[in-house]
Amino acid sequence: MLPRAGAPAGQTGGMKGRVLVVDDDTALAEMLQIVLKGEGFETTVCSDGDEALAAFRAARPDVVLLDLMLPGTDGMEVCRQIRAESGVPIVMLTAKSDTVDVVLGLEAGADDYVVKPFKPKELVARVRARLRASGERPPETLRIGDLVVDVAGHSVRRDGRSLPLTPLEFELLVTLARKPWQAFSRELLLEQVWGYRHAADTRLVNVHVQRLRSKIERDPEHPEIVVTVRGVGYRAGPL
Amino acid sequence: MRRVLLRPLARWRSSLQTRVVALTTALGMVVVLGVGTFLLDGIAEGLLEDRQRVAVADAARSAATAQSQFDAATSTSTPELEQLAGDVVSSLEGAGPDRVRSVLLLRTPQTAGGADPVTQPVVRDVTSPGLSADSVPAELRAAVRGSDVQQLQLVDLRDGSGAPSLVVGSTVTLPRAGQYELYLVYSLASEQATIGLVRATFIGGGLALVVLVGAVAWLVARTVVQPVRDAAGTAERLAAGHLDERMRVRGSDDLARLARGFNAMAAGLQEQIEQLEELSRLQRRFVSDVSHELRTPLTTIRMAGEVLHDARADFDPAVARSAELLMTQLERFDTLLSDLLEISRFDAGAAALEADPQDVRAIVHRVVDFTAQLAERRGSEVRVSEPHSPCTAEVDSRRIERVLRNLLGNAVEHGEARPIEVTVVCDEHAVAVGVRDHGVGLDPTQLPRVFDRFWRADPARARTTGGSGLGLAIALEDTRLHGGWLEVWGRPGRGCHFVLTLPRQAGRSLRASPLPVVPAGWREPVAALPAPVVPPAVGGGSGAP
Repeated sequence: MLPRAGAPAGQTGGMKGRVLVVDDDTALAEMLQIVLKGEGFETTVCSDGDEALAAFRAARPDVVLLDLMLPGTDGMEVCRQIRAESGVPIVMLTAKSDTVDVVLGLEAGADDYVVKPFKPKELVARVRARLRASGERPPETLRIGDLVVDVAGHSVRRDGRSLPLTPLEFELLVTLARKPWQAFSRELLLEQVWGYRHAADTRLVNVHVQRLRSKIERDPEHPEIVVTVRGVGYRAGPL
Repeated sequence: MRRVLLRPLARWRSSLQTRVVALTTALGMVVVLGVGTFLLDGIAEGLLEDRQRVAVADAARSAATAQSQFDAATSTSTPELEQLAGDVVSSLEGAGPDRVRSVLLLRTPQTAGGADPVTQPVVRDVTSPGLSADSVPAELRAAVRGSDVQQLQLVDLRDGSGAPSLVVGSTVTLPRAGQYELYLVYSLASEQATIGLVRATFIGGGLALVVLVGAVAWLVARTVVQPVRDAAGTAERLAAGHLDERMRVRGSDDLARLARGFNAMAAGLQEQIEQLEELSRLQRRFVSDVSHELRTPLTTIRMAGEVLHDARADFDPAVARSAELLMTQLERFDTLLSDLLEISRFDAGAAALEADPQDVRAIVHRVVDFTAQLAERRGSEVRVSEPHSPCTAEVDSRRIERVLRNLLGNAVEHGEARPIEVTVVCDEHAVAVGVRDHGVGLDPTQLPRVFDRFWRADPARARTTGGSGLGLAIALEDTRLHGGWLEVWGRPGRGCHFVLTLPRQAGRSLRASPLPVVPAGWREPVAALPAPVVPPAVGGGSGAP
């Protein structure tokens, strides 16, 4: 069962969180640990895809860093397994920024990705952005279409029934729902939801809008809540 | 009307077979016509001569017979003479419907005029039915009167047969009545009919022959042209990439040799191409694999470098500087690697266009903002001129941003701290972005090499901004992926002008750019022409620091 949407599995008191690094390259894994510890994160390392799920259950991390190419169960599969149990933010580490790989990873449930070789600051920024999204918020209730969004409680309800969303999907919906009159460009969404200051990969937006629609739309083929604005991007509807 | 004329013309040009058949038929027609005319003339002449000879002999005999009959006459009275003349004539003309000759016995006009009607009985003209004294032409009569020998002439008697007649005239002397002219008329109707028949046969036969020749030519041409066409078709399909195409080999004649030779060539080509493809595939794969394999260790090295770099304040100066150098060179290595990977992706054909309608002006703004810091450091001012209305085009913004970032980066790097002009222009079909600097510029001979991989205008030039040398090559590939153009203009010491032109609708082909690559107002100085021959003139302009 999915826990309540977006609730971190076990957030510690401090600003920093727990990070699970799933990577078979021991040198890189160790380096990642050094850098992340330097930034104040708690880290756990797992180097085998087959053990990734067990390690995830044991560590209960706030963010997962997942290498796509792993021995044993591959990264996509691990991603799917974790996603089946939790909405925890997953950031992929990938050597390929080719369309197919990235999109497959995103479709498997990853929230974001960084392409090797990445700068440590870039990685830390990605991890922070994902942690911030699941942080505390002031109470706020939004209505969009027939959905009721409780921002502080991280929940989305239709007719009193809760819809399970990952923190990222929730963030995306809230961003759109706060300004239903505004059409958001993909670049703007990347900035506000993913925290990219310069335009990054708009495929991130496309894939996650599809995932969000499949969860909240009555008919994802004919979306009524997240509407495409041709030539611009997306907008929350209906007004 | 034109089409009616043009279609056979096009066929004539395009089809060897048509040409062979048409030429053969035309030649056959000329030959048949010539031979036919010659033969027909010969036959007609022979027939006429023959007939003439027979007629002349017959006429001489008839005249002699008539003369002897007249000579033997005993009675001399006019009615009796007339009776005699009538008998002679009808005996000469023979009887029955297949009368071969008609006869006229005409009084000589002199005899008629100067004679004494009392002493000389006048015998009226006697003619075969359908003829009259007018039937004989006057000049023939004159000739007959003026000569003792036979005279003959071809005459169209207009007797309804449509055929000419042969008229043979001689003189006879009637007892007491004096000289008369005896004309025998031989109809050439049967000869005419014969010639008509022969001509009809010739025409029919000639036509049949021409058709036959045409058909033979068509068949022969077909047997030769068909394999040639097959070969051409096979060659075209081969050229189109269907390397398995082969010709069918039948028998062991010349055409079979052609087919075998062709197939051997195709097999050789296929083998070569497949080998090359395999090699190229392996090489691309290798580049891609190497790039990927390098990425994980590079990530680790980079992070380690960064950790060292961040802690350099605690190191002694030499180690600290080493950490700095490590860091900058890692950056460069990183750029090089990602560019290499990008190029290998293009080479592998793995690059995909993800085009969305975008306002190109917005992309330009992002790029200008991105480059602002570098431009400021270099002292170059970037001026943007653009239309007020959006310039929307279906583009992959990531790629176009990369292209423009590259062009602007180059302009800043080589701009010699002079202003850089970025121009956005759009028309109905295309959007163009021009990046113009006034820096070191390029020699016109260098322009075609600008987009080559790892090419540098001046190898000795310090690589200050640490570009990979692949930037423009990638920019060109990105542009090509959009079906756009990337053009360059440059003059030593006068700067460069790069123009990126993109179709507004993805997949449309470009015909013209709304922004010419030669900058507006640029006049080629006359001295620029001999410049490459005189190196100091060029060196003086571009070599200034």
